[in-house]
Amino acid sequence: MKEMTFVQAVNEALHLSMERDQNVICYGLGVTDPKEIFGTTDGLLKKYGSERVFDMPTSENGMTGVAIGAALNGIRSVMVHQRLDFFLLAMDQVVNNAAKWFYMFGGQRSVPITIRLIIGHGWGQGPTHCQNLQSWFAHVPGLKVVMPTTPADAKGMLLASIADENPVIFLEHRWLHQQKGMVPEGYYETPIEKAKVVTSGTDVTIVSLSYMTVEAIHAIEFLKHQGISCELIDLRSVQPIDWETIFTSVKKTGRLVALDTAQETLSVASEIVARVSQDLFSFLKSGPVRIGQPDVPSPTSFGLSKGYYRRSEAIALAIGRMMKGHDLEISALTESRKFPHDVPGDWFKGPF
Amino acid sequence: MNTLQSKEMYEKLFLIREAEQAIARVYPEGEIRCPTHLSIGQEAVPAAMGLATTSQDLAVSTHRCHAHYLGKGGSLRGMFAELYGKVTGCTRGRGGSMHLMDESVGFMGSTAIVANSIPVGVGLALSMQLKKQKNVSLIFFGDGATEEGAFYEAANFAALRKLPALFLCENNLYSVYSSLKPRQPEGRKIVEVAKAIGLHTEIANGNDAEECFRVISEAKQRAINGEGAQFIEFFTYRWLEHCGPFIDQHLKYRADDEFAKWKAMDPVASFREKMLKNGTLTESQMMGIEKNVLDSIADAITFSKESPYPEASEAFGPIYKERNHSAGASK
Ligand SMILES: Cc1ncc(C[n+]2csc(CCOP(=O)(O)OP(=O)(O)O)c2C)c(N)n1
Ligand SMILES: [Mg+2]
Repeated sequence: MKEMTFVQAVNEALHLSMERDQNVICYGLGVTDPKEIFGTTDGLLKKYGSERVFDMPTSENGMTGVAIGAALNGIRSVMVHQRLDFFLLAMDQVVNNAAKWFYMFGGQRSVPITIRLIIGHGWGQGPTHCQNLQSWFAHVPGLKVVMPTTPADAKGMLLASIADENPVIFLEHRWLHQQKGMVPEGYYETPIEKAKVVTSGTDVTIVSLSYMTVEAIHAIEFLKHQGISCELIDLRSVQPIDWETIFTSVKKTGRLVALDTAQETLSVASEIVARVSQDLFSFLKSGPVRIGQPDVPSPTSFGLSKGYYRRSEAIALAIGRMMKGHDLEISALTESRKFPHDVPGDWFKGPF
Repeated sequence: MNTLQSKEMYEKLFLIREAEQAIARVYPEGEIRCPTHLSIGQEAVPAAMGLATTSQDLAVSTHRCHAHYLGKGGSLRGMFAELYGKVTGCTRGRGGSMHLMDESVGFMGSTAIVANSIPVGVGLALSMQLKKQKNVSLIFFGDGATEEGAFYEAANFAALRKLPALFLCENNLYSVYSSLKPRQPEGRKIVEVAKAIGLHTEIANGNDAEECFRVISEAKQRAINGEGAQFIEFFTYRWLEHCGPFIDQHLKYRADDEFAKWKAMDPVASFREKMLKNGTLTESQMMGIEKNVLDSIADAITFSKESPYPEASEAFGPIYKERNHSAGASK
């Protein structure tokens, strides 16, 4: 095991995949530029050469189709986009081609491509640079969608994504990029279909994903001092969803809070609540709760974004109400935050 | 260009330069908290566009939009306050640096996804044709945007319907840190692509304000005459980093001699010099313009800093416009 950041873990996975399989290629806007996609593509060009590692024209849709075509003849592309929002231009290729090919042609050939999309957050990213559209992708049968939280999962799930025989959307939250964690050395795959129990508890099951897991950890710590014991499940994959792990936990606790980084309505969290309500109704001691972001676009202004994001406070409040029937005094949670609301830490100084 | 126009041109050039410089100066203070793309070095095209068009000509722009907005005459206070995220900003803090708007001067909006305002500009041109308005749509975009499908699709339709659109392509040779080399084939001339699509094309020195003014004025006239959509490729260069307030020559993605060559072709200084030399404007006239501009920028910054943030509740909407039931259908 070695301590490293999420960025380093992604980078290591890319190196390992490219070394292991010469049919793996990596491209996207900025892959070979001095910033190397926030450091994630560091060293790839030097090691694997410009045929396999390259910058591309500003042509998201076309270049996704190119990845699909190359995949039909055995090339595994790892594409990356610095913002998920830029990839919206490629919805046609990914939805109508990549997701359908295997099914539509009678299971004869699949499309093994990996698309890394970075989700922006904070520092005035605004309406079109920080959209969390995981549910759009997860809604399309034929796509797999993963959202790892820890460096170890980032590495293992990226390796699994690249090795997978199907199109995988690999979502990286920008605020996780500098998070550190212990990461196993060498090649290993973290299965795409398994959620992870991060902390076990007895009162409430929190099903979380990506950056919300960090917020959940803060809330859980706070709630522990209030005598409330939470079980935290990090989904890791939102398509497929590991229902078994969720159901096992909810059967035990009888309570569910589902978290999402996206707008709440029709979110992944909505699906979790719906499925649990449908299948485990008799186990529930209280109505399940969903906490996503408000159903409005994300504003740019420092002043406007201040009250916009739902964070650990919202989680603690919801669970407090669920367990004690009243609002907890949560100002300590807000006060424990060392940085302004629009930055993840002192390493982030804008502008992008 | 007559004396009055020269004066106005210099005022616009200097305003754009100094406003952007001021942003670069204050940005590290950490009060402007949004991705910000400056146009220092690219002042000539937007200034000339402003001079060659009226507020009835409608413009759309990109992530790098400050200069286009100011060239069109957009409110300086409104822009600075928007950068500062204040309620007095031109979009009340919703959009930030990349999403400016001032409809009072025909600046219809800038968007942050590469090439995605190009079709919108073509739609503006269609509306002008349908309403028989004698105006043009001004569509700003960079070299990178010509790699997107949206450009081809929109240009095709504009050519097909002979729309009164001006495609204003500022080729600054880079998209973020990428030169044209990994993006377009060697020897490609963007203008020839545009020509093949069926647009009337011109190329211009994008650092020469007078030339830009002439080319845009002529293109506008042709478009209004019904001669069809126009495409102008301007060659120019940004001085600062792609996004943010600093010079980034240390990253070595642009050769120092290339940078020096373009800096020597400073669109603001060269225009100033020329006007002095040919006697169009005197030194004291220039200084008078400069003082007014600098005062207005200082005022805009003070205004922005003193303005409040919007109420936090404003973030939550409205997100839909109410239907106006009293309005009748237009005949
Ligand atoms: C669809 C899309 N892809 C990528 C980006 C990231 N991006 C922002 S600005 C930019 C550069 C565009 O270059 P160009 O059109 O030449 O404009 P310039 O920045 O040079 O003014 C890129 C790639 C984006 N905003 N939208
Ligand atoms: Mg450019």
